Amino acid sequence: MLAQLLNGLQYGLLLFLVASGLTLIFGVMGIINLAHGSLFMLGAYLAFLLTKATGSLWLALPAGLVGGIALGCLLERALFRHFAKREHLDQVMLTFALILLAEELRWFIAGNDFHAVPIPPMLDFSVPVTAGFSYSAYRFAVIGICLVLALAMFLWIERTRIGAAVRAAAENPEIVDILGLDARRIHLMVFALGTALAIVAGMLAAPLTSVYPGMGDGLLIISFVVVVIGGLGSIVGAFWSALLVGLVDTLGKAYGPAFQGTGPIGTTVAALAGSAVYLLMIAVLLWRPTGLFGQRT
Amino acid sequence: MIGPAHLLPKTWFGWALVALGFGILAVAPYFVTSFYVGLMTTAMIAGMLALSLQLLVGGAGLVSLGHGAFYGLAAYVVYFLSPEGAPQPIWITLPLAMAASGLAALLIGAISLRTKGFFFLMVTLAFGQLVYSIFHDTKLGGGTDGAYLARPLISAFGFTFEPSSLPRSKRSWPAYYVALVQLAAMFAVLAFLLRSMFGRALEGIRVNESRMRALGFNTYAFKLAAFTIAGTLAGAAGHMWAMQSGFVNPELAGWHRSAEALLHILLGGIGTLAGPIVGAFAFIFLNDFAQQITERKLLVEGAVILAAVLVMRNGIMGLRWPWAPPEADPDASEQQGDGIVRQARETVHD
Amino acid sequence: MTDTGPPVLQTIGLSKSFGGLAAVRNVSLTLAQGELHAVIGPNGAGKSTLVNLLSGATVASAGQILLDDHDITRRPEHARARLGLARSFQRTNILPSLTVLENVRLATQAVAIAPRRSLTSPKRAAELVERAVAALVRAGLPHGHGRIAGTLAHGQQRQLEIAMALAAQPKVLLLDEPLAGMGPEEGERVSALLRSIAAEHAVLLIEHDMDFVFAVADRLTVLVEGAVLATGHPEDVRRNAEVQAAYLGGHA
Repeated sequence: MLAQLLNGLQYGLLLFLVASGLTLIFGVMGIINLAHGSLFMLGAYLAFLLTKATGSLWLALPAGLVGGIALGCLLERALFRHFAKREHLDQVMLTFALILLAEELRWFIAGNDFHAVPIPPMLDFSVPVTAGFSYSAYRFAVIGICLVLALAMFLWIERTRIGAAVRAAAENPEIVDILGLDARRIHLMVFALGTALAIVAGMLAAPLTSVYPGMGDGLLIISFVVVVIGGLGSIVGAFWSALLVGLVDTLGKAYGPAFQGTGPIGTTVAALAGSAVYLLMIAVLLWRPTGLFGQRT
Repeated sequence: MIGPAHLLPKTWFGWALVALGFGILAVAPYFVTSFYVGLMTTAMIAGMLALSLQLLVGGAGLVSLGHGAFYGLAAYVVYFLSPEGAPQPIWITLPLAMAASGLAALLIGAISLRTKGFFFLMVTLAFGQLVYSIFHDTKLGGGTDGAYLARPLISAFGFTFEPSSLPRSKRSWPAYYVALVQLAAMFAVLAFLLRSMFGRALEGIRVNESRMRALGFNTYAFKLAAFTIAGTLAGAAGHMWAMQSGFVNPELAGWHRSAEALLHILLGGIGTLAGPIVGAFAFIFLNDFAQQITERKLLVEGAVILAAVLVMRNGIMGLRWPWAPPEADPDASEQQGDGIVRQARETVHD
Repeated sequence: MTDTGPPVLQTIGLSKSFGGLAAVRNVSLTLAQGELHAVIGPNGAGKSTLVNLLSGATVASAGQILLDDHDITRRPEHARARLGLARSFQRTNILPSLTVLENVRLATQAVAIAPRRSLTSPKRAAELVERAVAALVRAGLPHGHGRIAGTLAHGQQRQLEIAMALAAQPKVLLLDEPLAGMGPEEGERVSALLRSIAAEHAVLLIEHDMDFVFAVADRLTVLVEGAVLATGHPEDVRRNAEVQAAYLGGHA
C-alpha cells in the first residue's frame, strides 16, 4: 500500500511537470496544445538515445533542459505564435497534426520497438523505508527532483516580478497590454518553460516506463484532466490536481482489478477503476465548472 | 430578408449539385470495381459520422472531441445484439443502436453542456475516453482486440435478403446501398432541422449565445437537443460500420476517431452541410492513394490536416469554384430584402 | 405620463456582492405602468450591475425582484425575457453575422414560440416576420433589413438593439445607456425615438446624458456606491442637497 502511495506521488509529480506547462500555455497564450504529450515522448526518447550514446542519464538531463528551452523558443517563434489567434477547432487540428508528425519522426529516428532505458547505476538500489518494505532509490530521486522543480516554479511565480506578470497574464490576458508588459517576451518564456518541463519529465520517466510508440498519447489526456480539474492558468491548481489525479489513477489501477468477479457491482467497479480519473474530472466539473482553482465566468 | 439557412445551399444550383452528387453515388457501383464500392461505403460511413458532428460544430458552434463515443457504442450494441453466428435483422439492430447512442448522448450532453469552450472540449474528450476505456479495459466487448460480429440481415416483412444470392463481384453492393440510403436520409433530416426555427436558434447560439439567452432562448435546452440528435445520428453511422466491417474494436470510440471526424468537416468545409461528406470522401481516397506510394500513414494524415487548416481556410467547398455565387452586395441585398419583406406581409394579409 | 396602479416591476432590498465588494446595496425601487424611471449615478455606482440583476444575467445575493407581483428573483435570464422583461445593452450586443431582419425575428421567436414548436420553417411563421418588421420600423429602421447586421453604422446598430427589445412586445424595457457612444446628430434621432417609445411602455433607463434624462423621466433614482441616495420626481431630486453635493455638481 505504501508502495502504491509513493508511486502515486511520483506519478503525480511527473504529471505536474507536464500539466503546469500546459496550463500556463493555455492560460497565458490561449493555445490548446495537443502535442504537449509528444514533447514528453521526445524527452523520453532523448533520454534513451543519449543514455545509449553516453552511458549516463545525468549528462542527458541538463542537455534535455537546455535543449528543451531552445526547442520551445523555436516552436513558439516558428509555429505557435501564429496559432494563438486561431479558433479552438483549428488549434486542436493543427496540434493533432503535430502529434502525427511527431510519431513519424520518432519512427524515423528510433523505429517502432519498445526500448528499455537503464536506471542510472548510482541509483539502482532499494532504500529501506520500514521493516520489510524498501522502495526504489531512483523513484525517490525522481520525487525529489520534481519537488525541487515544483518549489522553484512556485517561488518564481509568487516571488519574482516576471512571475507575477505571468500570473497576471494567466488570469487575464488583456492585462498584459494594459500594464505595458511585453506580451511577446512573456509568451516566449512561458512556452519555452512548458516545453522544457515536459521534456525533462519524459527523461525522468524513461527508465520507469521504457520508451514506446504512442507513449505521449495517454499522458496527454491525463495532463488535460489535471489542467481541467486544477483550473486553467493556475500553477497551484495544477500541483494539487496533479497529486490528486496521480494518486487516484495509481490506486485505481492497482486495486481496481481486485474487485473483478466479486459480483456485478464489483465487476463494474473493476471496469471503471481504470477510468477513475475521468469520473473524478466529471465530478469536479459538476461542482466547479471552471476547475478547483479556476476563476472567471 | 431573413437570409438563407447557414449551412444549406443558397441557390437552386447548389441544391442541384447536391442532387447530382447523390445521383452519382447511386449509379457508381455499376462503373467501379468491387474494391472501390467497399471503399466508397467506408467513405459514406465516415461521411455519416462527420455529418452528424456538423450539426454541433457548424450548426451550433459546439466543438466536441468525444463524438466517437456514440459511434463506437452503437457498433458495440450491434455486437451484443448480433454476435458472431447469431445475426439479427436490421430493423431490430438499427433502432436499438441509435436509441443506445441517443440515450448516452442525452446523459453525456446533460453534464458536458454545463461547461463551455475549452472545458467543453475537455469534458467531451474525457467522456469519449471513458467509453473507450470501458471497452478497452474490460472483457465486455472482447477487450483490446475487439470482436467479430454477425452482420445484421437486411430483412423486412418476413423477406430476408441473402447476401450469398449475389455473385461475388457484387457482394459489396448491399452494404453500399444501405449506407447510401442512410446518408441521404441523414442529409435530408439535417436539412430540415437547419431550415426550421430550431436550426435558426442554433445558429443564433453559435453567433452569440449570451445574447440569445437574454432574448429568451433556453440555450442549454437547445444545445442538449442538438447534442442528443447528433449522438443518435452518430449511432446510425456506428451501426453501419458494424454492418459493413463485421467487427468492433475500442478505437471506434477513441479520441483519434473523433479528431478524424473533425478533420473531415474541416477538410470539406465547415460552412456547408455537404462539406463533411466531401471531406470524408476526399480524405479516405487520398489515404488510399497515398498508401500505394508510401507506408507512412500518419505522415500523410498530418500533412493533409496542415494543408486543410493552413491553406484551405474554408475547406474544399470553400474554394473558388466557377459556379460559386458572387460575393453578396450589401446594397443589392437591401432592395432584395425589402422585396421579400413586402412579399411576406402580403402573404399574411391574404 | 404616470399611471397610478400596481407597479409592473419592483425590487425589494436588492443586493449583490462580488467577493468582498458590495456592488449593489439594498436597492428598492418601483416602476409603474407606462412610466419612465431613470437611474443615474457616477461611474461605478452599480447601475450596470443593477440592470444585470434585473435581467437575470447576474444572480442576486439578497433581496427580491417582482414582475407584476410574480417573484422572479430565482428565475433564469431566459425565463424572465419570456415573462416580459426585455433589455438592451450598453455595449452593442447583436448577432453581427446575421441579417438585420433575422436579428429581430429571433427576438420575436424567443418569446412567441415554445421551444418544442420550433420545428416549422420560419417562413411558415410569417407573423414573426411581420412583427419583426414592425419593430424595426418603430425603431427607425424601415429599410435595409437584408443587410448583415455587423455592417450597420454604430447608431443604426443601437437602433437595432432597441428593435430587438421592442419585438418581444415586453411589459418592461430595461435600457442600459441607449445613447452611449453616439454623436450629436445620431443622439438627437435616438432620443426622439426613445421619447416616443416611453409614451407606450414601462421603461427603466440608465443614462449619463442629463439633458435627456430630465426631459423624459417621470421618476428619477440616484445611485451612489451601489445604494439609493434619492428617488422621486426629477425636480425634487434635482433640488435635493445631498444629490447636488454628491453628484450633480453645477446642475442646480
